[in-house]
Amino acid sequence: MARIGVFVCHCGENISSTVDCAKVAEIASNYPGVVYSIDYKYMCSDPGQNLIKEAIQKHKLTGVVVAACSPRMHEPTFRKATAEAGLNPFLCEMANLREHCSWVHFREDSTTEKAAELVRVLVEKVKHNEELFPIKVPITKTALVIGGGIGGIQAALDIANSGHKVIMVEKNPSIGGKMAQLSETFPTLDCSQCILTPRMVEVAQHPNITLYTYAEIESVDGFIGNFKVTIRQKAKSVDHKACTGCGLCIEKCPIKKIPDEFNAGLGNRAAIYVPFPQAVPNKPVIDRNNCTYFLKGKCGLCKKVCPADAIHYEQEDELIKVDVGAIVAATGFDIKHSDFFPEYGYGKYADVIDGLQFERLASASGPTLGVLKRPSDGKEPESIVFIACAGSRDPAKGIPYCSKICCMYTAKHAMLFKHKNHHGKATVFYMDIRAGGKMYDEFVRRAIEEDDVNYIRGRVSRIYEKNGKLIVCGVDTLLNSRPVEIEADMVVLATAAIANSDSEELAQKLHISYDPYHFFSEAHPKLRPVETNTAGIMLAGACQAPKDIPDTVSQASGTAAKVVALFSQDELTREPLIAYVNNNTCVGCFLCQSVCPYLAIEKEEIRRRDGTLVKTVAKINPGLCQGCGTCVALCRSKSIDIHGYTNRQIYAEVSALFNRREYAGV
Amino acid sequence: MQEFEPKIVAFVCNWCTYAGADLAGTSRIKYATNVRIVRFPCTGRIDYMLILKAFQNGADGVIVSGCHPNDCHYTSGNFHARRRWIVFNELLELLGFDKRRLFFSWVSAAEGAKWANLVNEVVTEVRKLGPYTEYEKLSKINVNSIGELCNV
Repeated sequence: MARIGVFVCHCGENISSTVDCAKVAEIASNYPGVVYSIDYKYMCSDPGQNLIKEAIQKHKLTGVVVAACSPRMHEPTFRKATAEAGLNPFLCEMANLREHCSWVHFREDSTTEKAAELVRVLVEKVKHNEELFPIKVPITKTALVIGGGIGGIQAALDIANSGHKVIMVEKNPSIGGKMAQLSETFPTLDCSQCILTPRMVEVAQHPNITLYTYAEIESVDGFIGNFKVTIRQKAKSVDHKACTGCGLCIEKCPIKKIPDEFNAGLGNRAAIYVPFPQAVPNKPVIDRNNCTYFLKGKCGLCKKVCPADAIHYEQEDELIKVDVGAIVAATGFDIKHSDFFPEYGYGKYADVIDGLQFERLASASGPTLGVLKRPSDGKEPESIVFIACAGSRDPAKGIPYCSKICCMYTAKHAMLFKHKNHHGKATVFYMDIRAGGKMYDEFVRRAIEEDDVNYIRGRVSRIYEKNGKLIVCGVDTLLNSRPVEIEADMVVLATAAIANSDSEELAQKLHISYDPYHFFSEAHPKLRPVETNTAGIMLAGACQAPKDIPDTVSQASGTAAKVVALFSQDELTREPLIAYVNNNTCVGCFLCQSVCPYLAIEKEEIRRRDGTLVKTVAKINPGLCQGCGTCVALCRSKSIDIHGYTNRQIYAEVSALFNRREYAGV
Repeated sequence: MQEFEPKIVAFVCNWCTYAGADLAGTSRIKYATNVRIVRFPCTGRIDYMLILKAFQNGADGVIVSGCHPNDCHYTSGNFHARRRWIVFNELLELLGFDKRRLFFSWVSAAEGAKWANLVNEVVTEVRKLGPYTEYEKLSKINVNSIGELCNV
């Protein structure tokens, strides 16, 4: 006989402001099987949990229903409390009175009524709950880090330094990411390359890190502790073991006019190339889309000149299979490029550039060797207009969010310009200055007060060219919205930070969720900011949301701590909410096998004692099953069921939903 | 006379729509109280016999909602749900079932507002249709024992 306890939480006033919690507890006490019910202000607090524990023991409860917040929030809390009182944790269920009831409805009778019904549904479910025991699986203590920017580098080094193996996959020929492209970093103005390149080298030389550059993730299978990942090593056409990195091939390559990605299109590179002088690994790859040999079948100059005979045109993409226990996605971000701002003439006027292009112009290793020259005619600009929020915080452009880094880098850009040209005129158009961060606001003030950067609060409506100058038409909202026109030699747009174009594809391979802007979603916006909803897959850096370097590095270290914590155990306990087969009724059609996304269904032969075969039935591999239940719904003989969501439980829930008799008189 | 308040059941997956409904809560988006959510691990788990069971128990409308195509936490469960849905629809047609009471949608974990709108729209729709009494008539023919057939 079921002995169910119902515990109704007020959640302070979050639930009790619209739901009459005492009444819900009272109604619940009349449900068949309920032997105890009570309401309390904070059920998740220590006294609240003790209330549950004491009731379990005192009333010999066989099931617990906590009517509180979403089970996605506190199910582990209450299951733990249940276990501490000696009851199997899987005999505890939660009715979601907060997210699904009190917060979404007004205070009226129907809200309390709904709350009571939600409790009834879970009471009926919990009567059919069974004792379940966690599954133990071994952990592969190797981490996969996807992305070799500063986020990936930090995470990889932290994990590797704590003694675990790391595999890093970077899609470009070199690691370094966006940070390698920056000239100086805010708020200290230290040189980006100077602080980054030693770390890049450390990654390459670390005994615990295996680095795959020019490689991408092909597929990901498995689950936390036991991922099976296939990496596609794109053909470099250069044998990096034999190559000495002398650079002769690059020098001799006749195709030299390919826009250089690293210099944001402001310079050119050859078809065989190293992205930048400090690249790691500092060895070239052939860009097959632009190489004459691959396009026309002749040339072969690089092969002829290579003293180490390292050029191998016949090299093919290679699929490498690795086993890892945890995955860190650190794939970074991109910025909006041309054709996005017709009103600003971006893409039309050569001297309207984006922030990343300005970084390259200001960088000592850039196409102009650090001398600010405008792209159109190479003249040094006397007046530059910087436009913040180019695309960001603009719902009309489809980007309602703040890109977070632009306020700071715009101040930095203006400052860098003023430091290079003391008499130059720097103007910034801005919406708001968002400089939250250590020494950040001081930095912006310094740009305004010491470096004499003219900040105008207002938006720019249009940019056009007149007599070789760019005329920036805007408005000054702090001066009675007076229109302003500024002549500029160059305009820098702080274009919005956006998710990588292939982030959706990667999210699907990793089975992680993403937000409407294709940034990866964290498991909880406040309390689990580095994990995803898929156990064992974590995030670092701007692939989650626009972030600056300090935030990226802290998140990467946080992620590394999570990975190391996972690797500190030898076995992992998994929730046993997986499918199981009833051998008696299974007819061995194996249709379930065809729908299982995890290949978790195996064949099992049932034999008599004399060895003769009775039948072959399906068997679930508990290590592989993730508990989606697709096989359950599909099984024609109803022989598969799933713990936690059994047919019995769900039919009981549905049956408890409404009382048909209410309609008798209709 | 009091306005008819339809009873709506929503069968949702844990990862997208359940979380989306949670988000509607955290965002304090108000919607009609008529809906009762039943949580599944995945829409692929939803045996459509459950829909009949819901109607048998007095539901006036049923919502099935899960992750958008390609976003399934389990890779492909929602595709199976969708295929099954298409076949099931045909079957309902054959039975003479009022299909206007059944709703299928994709609501992601980020779409709290979409969830609230969906519920409100469904409630308005079903309110127009009135209480579902036809089931009694149909069930005399053949579907009365659905629950028993399914291991319950």
